[in-house]
Amino acid sequence: MYQILKAEELTTNIFLMVVKAPRVAKSCLPGQFVIVRTKEDSERIPLTICDYDRQEGTITIVFQIVGAGTMFMSSLKAGDSFADFVGPLGCPSEFCNEPLSELKKKSILFVAGGVGTAPVYPQVKWLKEQGVLADVIVGAKTKDLLILEKEMEAEAGNLYITTDDGSYGRSGMVTKTIEDLVNEGKHYDVCVAIGPMIMMKFVCKLTKELGIPTVVSLNPIMVDGTGMCGACRVTVGDKVKFACVDGPEFDGHLVNFDEAMKRQTLYKTAEGRAFLAAKEGDTHHGGCGNCN
Amino acid sequence: MDVLKKVPVREQDPKVRATNFEEVCLGYNSEEAMEEASRCINCKNAQCMKGCPVAINIPGFIEQVKNGDFNKAYEIISESSALPAVCGRVCPQESQCEGKCIRGIKGEPISIGKLERFVADYASEHGVKPAGAKEKKGQKVAVIGSGPAGLTCAGDLAKMGYDVTIFEALHQAGGVLVYGIPEFRLPKEKVVAKEIENVKSLGVKIETNVVVGKSVTVDELLTDEGFDAVFIGSGAGLPKFMGIPGENANGVFSANEYLTRSNLMKAFDENSTTPIMHAKKVAVVGGGNVAMDAARTALRLGAEVHVVYRRSEEELPARVEEVHHAKEEGIIFNLLTNPVEILTDENGWVKGIKCIRMELGEPDESGRRSPVEIPGSEFEIEVDAVIMALGTSPNPLISSTTKGLEVNKRKCIVAEEEFGKTSKTGVYAGGDAVTGAATVILAMGAGKNAAKGIDEYLRGLR
Repeated sequence: MYQILKAEELTTNIFLMVVKAPRVAKSCLPGQFVIVRTKEDSERIPLTICDYDRQEGTITIVFQIVGAGTMFMSSLKAGDSFADFVGPLGCPSEFCNEPLSELKKKSILFVAGGVGTAPVYPQVKWLKEQGVLADVIVGAKTKDLLILEKEMEAEAGNLYITTDDGSYGRSGMVTKTIEDLVNEGKHYDVCVAIGPMIMMKFVCKLTKELGIPTVVSLNPIMVDGTGMCGACRVTVGDKVKFACVDGPEFDGHLVNFDEAMKRQTLYKTAEGRAFLAAKEGDTHHGGCGNCN
Repeated sequence: MDVLKKVPVREQDPKVRATNFEEVCLGYNSEEAMEEASRCINCKNAQCMKGCPVAINIPGFIEQVKNGDFNKAYEIISESSALPAVCGRVCPQESQCEGKCIRGIKGEPISIGKLERFVADYASEHGVKPAGAKEKKGQKVAVIGSGPAGLTCAGDLAKMGYDVTIFEALHQAGGVLVYGIPEFRLPKEKVVAKEIENVKSLGVKIETNVVVGKSVTVDELLTDEGFDAVFIGSGAGLPKFMGIPGENANGVFSANEYLTRSNLMKAFDENSTTPIMHAKKVAVVGGGNVAMDAARTALRLGAEVHVVYRRSEEELPARVEEVHHAKEEGIIFNLLTNPVEILTDENGWVKGIKCIRMELGEPDESGRRSPVEIPGSEFEIEVDAVIMALGTSPNPLISSTTKGLEVNKRKCIVAEEEFGKTSKTGVYAGGDAVTGAATVILAMGAGKNAAKGIDEYLRGLR
C-alpha cells in the first residue's frame, strides 16, 4: 500500500496528492509517469509526475476528474492509501541526457495548458536546479482553473499567464501568447508543450511555422505501461511508437494528432456510462443520451 | 474398459460454455484418475520423462495414483514442478510426455496431463503443501518476473534454502498465467493464486509494482540491495503488428491488450472498472494459442469470431485441443487468408478487414510450407473489431539498462541453454525473455535449469 500524506483540491475537479512511494521517488526524472490503482479492483490509471522528494521518498501527482476512476480517486484523503503505485514509467525528458554546457546555451519555452501545468512543473524546476532558466506560458480557461501559479513562478525565468476569457493575466489561447512573445523579439531554440491534445496540436502547427522544434507529452489510453499491451500506440512521422516505452514525449511536429485524438475516444462511451452510473447510482439506466 | 483408450474427461457442454468464463475441462475425479492410472505399464525406461522439460518422475507419480495415495503422488510431482495444477492444464502434453508414451504407439497415450492436474487439485483441496528447505543458506537471489520461469526458479531456489525475492512489474503476481491465459482455461483464484501461495509458503517474497529497468536496475539490485545473483524471467514483451493500413483504427487491439483487460483486469465481468470493447463481429489474426485464447474470449463476450490465418489448418501453431475446443464453441476459421488492410469509417472505427487468399508454396526456414498470395483474390469481411495475435518482440527495458548483458540479433537476452548463464556474472535468464514467445512449460524448464546454475554459482561464492 502507498500512503497518501497530503490531499488537496487545487481548483474545481483538479486534485493534488503527495504519496509515499520510495522506489519511484528514488529513480524518477522529469517527463516520466506513474500508474496507480486506487483500490484492489480499480482500473490502472496513468498519471504524470508533478514533483518528487528523494529524501522523503514521496511523489506528487495532480489529476483531473474525467471519469468514474478519477472521481473515486478524488475522494481519498491524507492517511488513505493507493493499492498500487508503479513507476517511474516512460523515458525522462530529452534534456535530462543533454550535456549541461549545451543545455545552458539554449533558450527554452514551456507551454502548459490546464492540468498539463503539473508535468511541466518538474521539468522547469529540474532545469533551474541545473542553472537553466526557462520561460513558461501557462494557459487556463479562466482564472479559477489556474493551478500551481506560485510554485511555477518560483522556478520559471519568466512566467506568462493567459486565460481564454481574459479573467486573469493575458487574454486568449496560449498560441496567441507564443506569437506575441516572438513578435516582441523573443527567440526560442526549443518549445515543450504539454496540455490537452487539441492545444498541443495547435501549438505545434504554430511552432512549425515559426521554426521552433517542439516536444509534446502524450497521455494515450494504456493498460500496463511497460510496452506489453500496445494500447498506447501513436503515429510519429511514418513510424508507430508505443507512448509508454518510446515516449511519452515525442517530436510534436511529427505526431499524428488527429489519429491520437480519435484513439482517445475509444472507451468514451463505456467510461461515460461508468461515470454516470457512479454519480447517479440506481437512477442511471442509460438511454438518456448523455453518455455518448 | 478399453485399455487402448483414455478414460474420457468431463467437459462443459460447448453451447453452455460459449457463454460463460467457467473452466471448460472439469478434470478427473479419484475413480476416473485411478482407472486412467491403471493403464500405465510403468516402463523401465520411461520415455514420457524424456519428453518433460522439468523431468517429472511420471511413472512414479502415476503408480501412486494407481494405489490411491494421492499425497505421495503430489510429493513426487513437487520434487520437479512448482506449478503442477497449471502444467496439467496448459502444457502441450501431446508433443511432450504423452507424445512419447509407449501406450500411444498402439492406441491412445496415458492422459498424463489430466492425471497431473487431478493430483495437484487434490493436494490443493486437501491443503497439502510442498516441502520447504531444511536449512537456510543466507545468500539472496532476486528473480525478475513472477511468470512460469520466475516462479519455478524462485521455488527451486527457496527449496535449496536461498533467500528469494521476486520483483513483478504488474500489481499482481503470475505473469502470463494471470494476464494472458483466460479464466476458462486456467482459473485464477482456484488454480493460479493457490500455486503462487505454495511458492510463497516456501519462503519466497514477492514485491509487486517494481519495473526492473525503471524502478530499479539489475546493477542496483546487485550492488545497492545486496542480492548475490539475479534471474531474469521477464517474459515476451512488445506485441507485434502487421504494418498494414488502418491498424491504428479504433477497434484494433493487440491480443495482449484484449486478454490483459479481460484476464488481469476482469473486464469480462460487467462490474469491472476496466472497459473492454464488446464487439459484434471480430477478426482474430494469427493461429497460435494466444489467438485461440483471444478468439474464445471475444466469443464469450458475445461476438461472432473469425480466426484469420495465412497458412492451412495443419500449420496452426495452437494446440490441437485448443483448436478443437474453439471449433466446438463456434469459432469460424478463415484459413489460407491474410489481411491486407483494415477498413475504417469516417470516425476512425473499424468497419471491416480486407483479406487476400493464400496458397502454400515451398517450405520456409521453419520447415512449414510458406504461404503465397493468390493475385486478385482480395475480399472483405465485415467486422467491428480486429485482434492481432502475431507474437511479440523482446522488451528492451532490462537489456538496455543492464551493463554487460548481451542480447542477440532479435534482441533476446543471450543465455546458455544448460544453466541459463548470461554474459554478466551472477545474472541468469530464461523463458520468453531468452527464447521469444514459447510455452509455459519451456519457461518453467528454463527457470529450473537456471536455479541449478545459480546454486552452483553461489556455492562458489561461499
